[in-house]
Amino acid sequence: MEGTLQRTTPHPAISGRLSRFLRDPGTILGLCIVTAAVVAAVFAPLLPLQDPTGVNLDNRLLAPSYQFPLGADHLGRDELSRLLYGARTTLGMASVSVAIIMGIALTVGALSGYYGGWLDTGLMMVVDLLLAFPSLILGVAVAGILGPSLVNVMIAVSVVWWAGHARVIRGMVLSARQREYVEAARAIGAGDARIVTHHIARNILGPFIVLATLDMGWIILGIAGLNFLGLGAQPPTPEWGAMLNDSRSYLQTAPRLLLIPGVAIFLLVLGFNLLGDGLRDLLDPTA
Amino acid sequence: MGSYLVRRLLTLPPLLVGISLISFLLLNFAPGDAAEITLRRQNGGITPPPEAVLDLRQELGLDAPLPLRYVRWLSGALRGDLGDSYRSGNSIAAELTHRLPATLVLASVSLALAVAVGIPLGVLAAMRRGSWLDTASRLSALLGAAVPSFVLAFLLMLLFAVKLDWLPATGYGSPKNLVLPALALSFGVTAQLMRLTRASMLEALSQDYMRTARAKGLREWSVMWRHAAKNALLPVVTVLGTSTGHLLGGAVIIETIFGWPGVGQFVVVGISQRDYPVVQGFVLYIAVIFLLVNLAVDISYRWLDPRLHFGRLSG
Repeated sequence: MEGTLQRTTPHPAISGRLSRFLRDPGTILGLCIVTAAVVAAVFAPLLPLQDPTGVNLDNRLLAPSYQFPLGADHLGRDELSRLLYGARTTLGMASVSVAIIMGIALTVGALSGYYGGWLDTGLMMVVDLLLAFPSLILGVAVAGILGPSLVNVMIAVSVVWWAGHARVIRGMVLSARQREYVEAARAIGAGDARIVTHHIARNILGPFIVLATLDMGWIILGIAGLNFLGLGAQPPTPEWGAMLNDSRSYLQTAPRLLLIPGVAIFLLVLGFNLLGDGLRDLLDPTA
Repeated sequence: MGSYLVRRLLTLPPLLVGISLISFLLLNFAPGDAAEITLRRQNGGITPPPEAVLDLRQELGLDAPLPLRYVRWLSGALRGDLGDSYRSGNSIAAELTHRLPATLVLASVSLALAVAVGIPLGVLAAMRRGSWLDTASRLSALLGAAVPSFVLAFLLMLLFAVKLDWLPATGYGSPKNLVLPALALSFGVTAQLMRLTRASMLEALSQDYMRTARAKGLREWSVMWRHAAKNALLPVVTVLGTSTGHLLGGAVIIETIFGWPGVGQFVVVGISQRDYPVVQGFVLYIAVIFLLVNLAVDISYRWLDPRLHFGRLSG
C-alpha cells in the first residue's frame, strides 16, 4: 500500500532539478573525484601495486619513473601505492566517523525535537557545552589523551563533531512534527516510534543526506589534521595527513612528497563539498 | 540591552562549570598514575617503590573520591593553579600565560586579515554579480573551504621561503616571521567570510529599502555601502565567534609547523610527551577564552543592530 503510493512518477520539479544536478559542472567534478577516490580505496589491493609498507632504502627519494610513477618516499616506498592505500585509510576513517556522528546526532536530535520538555533541555545543555569548545581543540585534546591510534582519532572526531548537527536535526524534527501528515499518522493510530522512523525520518532524509555529504569534507580535514599532528596513523600505515608529517623535512629536497598527499586531501575535500552543494540544490530546495 | 546582558551573563556560570568538568574528566581518562609519573621524574626515570607511590597518592589527595578531587582541582584552577607539568615540574598556568601572547598575536592578525580581505571582497562580488571578480571570489571560497591549513602552510613555505627566499620559513620575533603563518591560518576563514558576506549582501540588495534609497536620489556609492553593506554585515558579525574558534584550533597545527612559540605548540609537545595535565590546562584555558570571545561577539551584535534595541519591549 505504502509502496504503491511512493512509486509514482517523479514530481516535475524534482526531475527538472535532477537534470540540472546532472548537468552542473561543479557537481559532475565532485562526483568524479569522490567516485575515483572510492574506487581507489576499494580496489587498491587488487591493483598491480607495490607493497605500500615495503621499505627499500636503495630506492630512497627516487624521482618518478616507469617503475615508480610518483617516485619513492624517504624510506624507498612506492608513493603511488601509499597514495592509493592512503585513500583507503582516509575514506574509511571519515566514513565510519560520519556514520557515528550522524547516528548520534540523529538520535539526540530526534529525541530532543520530538519529545521536548526536560529531555530536550538536558540534551541541548550537553550540546551547548560541547559547542563551547573550539572543535579542533577538543578533538586534539581527546585524541591526545587517549593516545595515538586510528580508532582514537575516530572517537575524538565523533565525540566532538556531533553536537552542531544534533541541534540542526532537532530543528528539522521540531518543524516536521507540527505538519499535518504527523497529525494524520497519529489519527490513524501510529505510535511515537513509527511516526519518528517512518514519517518524520522520511521527510528530513534529503537535508540529512546533504548534511552528511558536506560533513565528509569537514571530517576529512579534521582527521587529516589530527593524523598530521601524529595522533592517528602510526608507521608504516599509509595515511595522507601522516604522510605529510613524515615528509616535513624533505620540503627542500623532495617537495613532491608533501605536494602529493596535500593535493589528495584538498581534492577529496573539494569533491565532497561540490557534491554536497549539488545535492543541496537537488534535495533541499528550501536551503 | 540591560536585560539581555543580564540573561546572557547568566548563561556563563553553568557553561563554565561544564567546561571545567569536561577538562577535569579528560585527565581522568588519561592512562598512567600522576603519583608514579611524578616520582619517576624526580628519580630520573627509575620505577619508584609501590609504598612511595601510595604515600604520594595520599599526600596529593589522589585517593580521594572523584567529586572531592574535582572540587579541589577547581578551587586550584580558580586561583590560577592548573597543576604542574609531568615533565618539567613547572607551573602549567605560568607557561600558558607566558605563551598566550604569541598565540593571540597570530590569531588576531589572522582574524584582522580575514576581515579586511574577506568582507570587502564579498561586498564587491555581490555588487558586481557575475563579473570576473565574482567568479574569482567564488572559486577562492571553494578553494579556501577545501585546502587544509597545513598544506597551504607548506606551499607558502616552499614558494616564499625556499624558492624566492623572501621570508623566513620558521622563527619568531620579527613581523616578517608572522606573514606566512598568518596567511596560512587566515585563508580558510577569509574564504568563509567572503562567501557569507556575498550571500548576505545579495539578500540586502533585494530589499525594499534599497529602492527607497535610490528613489531618494542618493549616490550609488552611498546606497551600496551605507544602506546595503551596513545591513549585510550584521549576520557576518555573528560568525566571528566561530571564526575565532577555527583560528584558535588551526593555530595548534600552524604553530607546530612554523615553530611559533604559542600555547598550541606547547600542547602538541605536551601530547607527544604524554604530559596530560598540560593538555587539560590548555583545554580549560582556550575554552574560557573562546567563551569570552563569543560573549563579546553576542553583545556587540545586540549593540550594533538597532532593530534588537526595540526588541527590549517584547522580551
